[in-house]
Amino acid sequence: MKNHLQFDFLADKEKNTLTISREFMANRQMVWDCYTKSELLDRWFAPKPLTTKTKSMEFHEGGHWHYAMVEPNGTEYWGWIGYHKINPIDSYTSSDAFCNEKGEINTDLPQAEWVVTFTDKNENTLVETIVSYQSLADLETIIEMGMEQGMKATLEKLDELLLTLKS
Amino acid sequence: MRRDIFQAIADPTRRAIIALIAVQAMTPNAIAEHFDTTRQAVSKHLKILTECELVTQNHQGREIYYFLEIDKMKEIDHWLEQFRKIWESRFDQLDTLLATLKSQQK
Repeated sequence: MKNHLQFDFLADKEKNTLTISREFMANRQMVWDCYTKSELLDRWFAPKPLTTKTKSMEFHEGGHWHYAMVEPNGTEYWGWIGYHKINPIDSYTSSDAFCNEKGEINTDLPQAEWVVTFTDKNENTLVETIVSYQSLADLETIIEMGMEQGMKATLEKLDELLLTLKS
Repeated sequence: MRRDIFQAIADPTRRAIIALIAVQAMTPNAIAEHFDTTRQAVSKHLKILTECELVTQNHQGREIYYFLEIDKMKEIDHWLEQFRKIWESRFDQLDTLLATLKSQQK
């Protein structure tokens, strides 16, 4: 498949956290930019085949990123990331919530806290994201939200595609 | 109901019980022998696991045997796997973007 870039995905079912570590073949400034500039986020944040579009971005402490992930059929899932602490280019913390096109946060749905850390790994960058939910049940709700019929079917197609690519 | 599953597996003793009966169905007494806690404590755990449909009972003679519902366990791992795939996909896209940006820098 690809070269050996580190990718760890650890679910801690007791602490209700997911720790996702991924190495990228670029320097820290460039990777930081990809995570913190909306014009770059728009190009990778939504998993295929969805695309991302930004409504507003204010990357500073107390600021936010208001964005939507768009399905090929046009269905939009709006999200709001609120930025708490920012230490360029080392780390930042944020909260991740569902909202609507106006940016009104849906308080009925669970929110997650993110801690994102950037470290050098030789010439590459290692990004560690710790996603925390109040409970594992919250995490499942998030999954179910994103997993509307369409997306479920999409992931199944991705499975099939991966199978054909591997053979 | 779905919420209970995750509380159910959050407990280490219950996870150990799951591991035990995954190998073969067991009676409550046989299960309790593996733990330092009381038979009552084990019964409580089994009740919770039964309530969220992770385990089911089967009466054989006078004994009750507890079975693991494999499908439910697969459900939990399934959604974790789906979540992982989302991250994998977005990181692959980030890889591509970074490669593009680097080539533009030259």
